[in-house]
Amino acid sequence: MIRDSSWFSRIFDGFNYVFLIIFALLCLAPMVHIFAVSLSGRAPATAGFVSFWPIDFTLENYEKVMGSRTFLRSFIISVVRVLAGTSLNMTLIILTAYPLSKTPRAFKGRVIFIWFFVFAMLFNGGLIPTFFVVRSLGLLNTLGSLILPNALPIFSMILMMNFFRGVPKELEESAFIDGASHWRVLWHIYIPLSLPAIATLTLLSAVNHWNAWFDALIYMTDVANYPMQTYLRTIVVELDLTNVGIDPRDLQRLSDRAIRGAQIIVATVPILVVYPFLQRYFISGIRLGAVKE
Amino acid sequence: MTLKQYLKRAWPLYVMIIPGIIFVLLFRYYPMYGVIIAFQDFSPAKGFAGSPWVGWENFEFLFSLPEFGRILGNTVLIAVVKIVADQVGAIILALLLNEARILFFRRSIQTLIYLPYFLSWIVLGGILLDILAPHGILNQAIGNFGIKPQLFLGSNNWFRGTVIASGFWKNVGFSTIIYLAALTAINPTLHEAAAIDGAGRFRRIWHITLPGIRPTIVLLAALSLGDVLEAGFEQILTLYSPAVYRTGDIIDTNVFRVGLVSAQHSLAGAVGLFKSFISFFLIALSYYLADRFAGYRIL
Repeated sequence: MIRDSSWFSRIFDGFNYVFLIIFALLCLAPMVHIFAVSLSGRAPATAGFVSFWPIDFTLENYEKVMGSRTFLRSFIISVVRVLAGTSLNMTLIILTAYPLSKTPRAFKGRVIFIWFFVFAMLFNGGLIPTFFVVRSLGLLNTLGSLILPNALPIFSMILMMNFFRGVPKELEESAFIDGASHWRVLWHIYIPLSLPAIATLTLLSAVNHWNAWFDALIYMTDVANYPMQTYLRTIVVELDLTNVGIDPRDLQRLSDRAIRGAQIIVATVPILVVYPFLQRYFISGIRLGAVKE
Repeated sequence: MTLKQYLKRAWPLYVMIIPGIIFVLLFRYYPMYGVIIAFQDFSPAKGFAGSPWVGWENFEFLFSLPEFGRILGNTVLIAVVKIVADQVGAIILALLLNEARILFFRRSIQTLIYLPYFLSWIVLGGILLDILAPHGILNQAIGNFGIKPQLFLGSNNWFRGTVIASGFWKNVGFSTIIYLAALTAINPTLHEAAAIDGAGRFRRIWHITLPGIRPTIVLLAALSLGDVLEAGFEQILTLYSPAVYRTGDIIDTNVFRVGLVSAQHSLAGAVGLFKSFISFFLIALSYYLADRFAGYRIL
């Protein structure tokens, strides 16, 4: 690295570090504030005395939230959704991307299939027709309504296809000479060599399923079927505490704000747990999407 | 090679692609057929095939509504300001991060600024509703300077600004990654050669770093054209209220309310088809421009 020690350059460095620190803290401050509120007692939280440090420290908000049946039920629905939805996404992404990564000679009809998928990515039937399709298939109030409509995320599939195309052709050619089938080639050559891309897309799919809430809002008619984020919406956005599942006598002792804060934090924890991996893979994942040979 | 020989090896490829085709047919193409409700007086009991046709009536009604222009205007205004703010912010942040030479510092800052991108609008919306409330921490803070509490989410003066600023907060860190990746690809010998020729730090940023990421800037500008009607559905649905429909209602939130809350399916279907139709051309054009000017192809 080149050293530049002019006074102007040093002043710039100083300002740059200070600016970046302030900016990063601004990104973080709202979350720290909510965390502090969630750990505070009723009076200071309700009166708005809490800034970035809890006052009258208590864990009771978390105890009540984690003890709420409705909250736990929605948490479990979300976990099931993430597991089922992500497995389905990845299976379909890999199975569809593999044939499409072949040359038109090795996979006749490739061009037609590609356009079939690309057109479906570019043109969208829209919310209302999609809703009625899901309804007419009898999927309302089932897990299927949350994982089937986007079972094959087409853009992710195209990224996977592009990654598969970078796998050296010599490997599969020698496997074919030894009598291997496409199934074996996919399983023993393509998948092991594509683990970085698979990891990135798996994390992306899992985060999307965890964070999704609008689909359940329209496809579930009963709050009992809501996954975590949709359930959270009734409480932190609609401010409706009738579904909170906490004994009203307990609620009297606690602050609504602190309860909502605790729920927001609990819903965020799973993201924080996978965050280090997300960060690592996403940087390579971005290149996967942006750089073509 | 005969067809039989070809299929002997290639048949698994066709089996593999079948599940994907079935799902896309059912959940992408079947709804595309369903856009015909925009030309019908659709009733769910009669379905797509059985509802009576009304021609362009829904569109004529739609274009005569005074809200229509307002909704379209809100959508484009919010989306375009968001795109510009996000891209300019990301370029500046990436350049500043690139100038910060302590690696640990850089990593830590990056870790903090990407985080909001991975949180849902329910979580971020819950946080914003709390801190922007009339007695929330932001109003308390500005109260210290003698400014009266502002309705950041409830007044038409503030709502768009709040949406744009909070969208920036969620997304800018992530957009920065793309530019940082482009910056690391710049050959360091260019900087060294320029330094030997006497170019100072800011001249090098101007003449080497910025031209180095120009292809990325062009690419993202072209691709962002496809987002001109995407003002942020989940965000606005979380943050808005009837008081700010005038400035905050966008196409997507309108389709949701008209179609699924008030059950005027065909009218909402017409709005949705209008958006899908324009978006299709915008996205296709954006991919064309990305290919033409930045050599980017998704296929």
